[in-house]
Amino acid sequence: MPSIEQTFSLQVPSSTENLALIRDFVTSIGEQSGLGADELPKLELAVDEACANVIEHAYGHDKTQQVTIRATFDADEIRIEVVDSGRGFDPDEVPEQDLARLIKERKTGGLGMRLIRSLMDEVHYELQPGEKNELHMTMKLKKEPADR
Amino acid sequence: MPKPFSVRKATEGDLSILSPEGYLDAHTAPEFERTIQEEIAGGRCRIVADCQKLDYISSAGLGVFMGFIEEIRDQGGDIKICGLAPKVRQVFELLGFDAVFDLVEDLPAVVRKFAESPTKEV
Repeated sequence: MPSIEQTFSLQVPSSTENLALIRDFVTSIGEQSGLGADELPKLELAVDEACANVIEHAYGHDKTQQVTIRATFDADEIRIEVVDSGRGFDPDEVPEQDLARLIKERKTGGLGMRLIRSLMDEVHYELQPGEKNELHMTMKLKKEPADR
Repeated sequence: MPKPFSVRKATEGDLSILSPEGYLDAHTAPEFERTIQEEIAGGRCRIVADCQKLDYISSAGLGVFMGFIEEIRDQGGDIKICGLAPKVRQVFELLGFDAVFDLVEDLPAVVRKFAESPTKEV
């Protein structure tokens, strides 16, 4: 049976207040895609982290800006794109610090990208600072056995 | 459409018991941060985070634990965490927080742990 690709999108003002709405959106799409119960919270958390990064770092909590989340799935995978037009931030250019060092320096951040990378199967960025930055994340579908 | 978050405070002997409830994310983490700050300012550095009613945590929530633990241990105290639901515990473990914090089953176990090991050796 051919796989039908479906795409959904949500655009919200850049405010942490909207993280709950974003999580609900992604969870709903994940459920529709047939994502397993173990994987659904991972998708929810990865998208929360990505959007929180945009709100905080790309837009500096400027609520007049917009964050767009696009979710596409087919029979094999679910792909998420988080799009912003803020300051481009390439996490690959920031060395990953270990937890002990972050604690020593009394940091409260620096964990989000690490989480995203450990939760998703593929992660990459396309950056055009001030124009369009896109974070692409993919999770392979490990579907639960159908009820008999 | 913010999800509810609140923190209840109680004491048991010299332990401050903080019970975060609901969704701890980048939006609600500042409230949790303020609560811990108040405890430190009041000289209460033996802190239990009783998370049995915590439904969700993101790295912003974990960042609160991370940002204060050094100061608290410098003062001879600790933050010990109990009652984590499997989904929430998984996030702590993914980032290696189980090596840095005592994650224990429930409140009685935390009380015992504070008696045995006031500050986790890391």
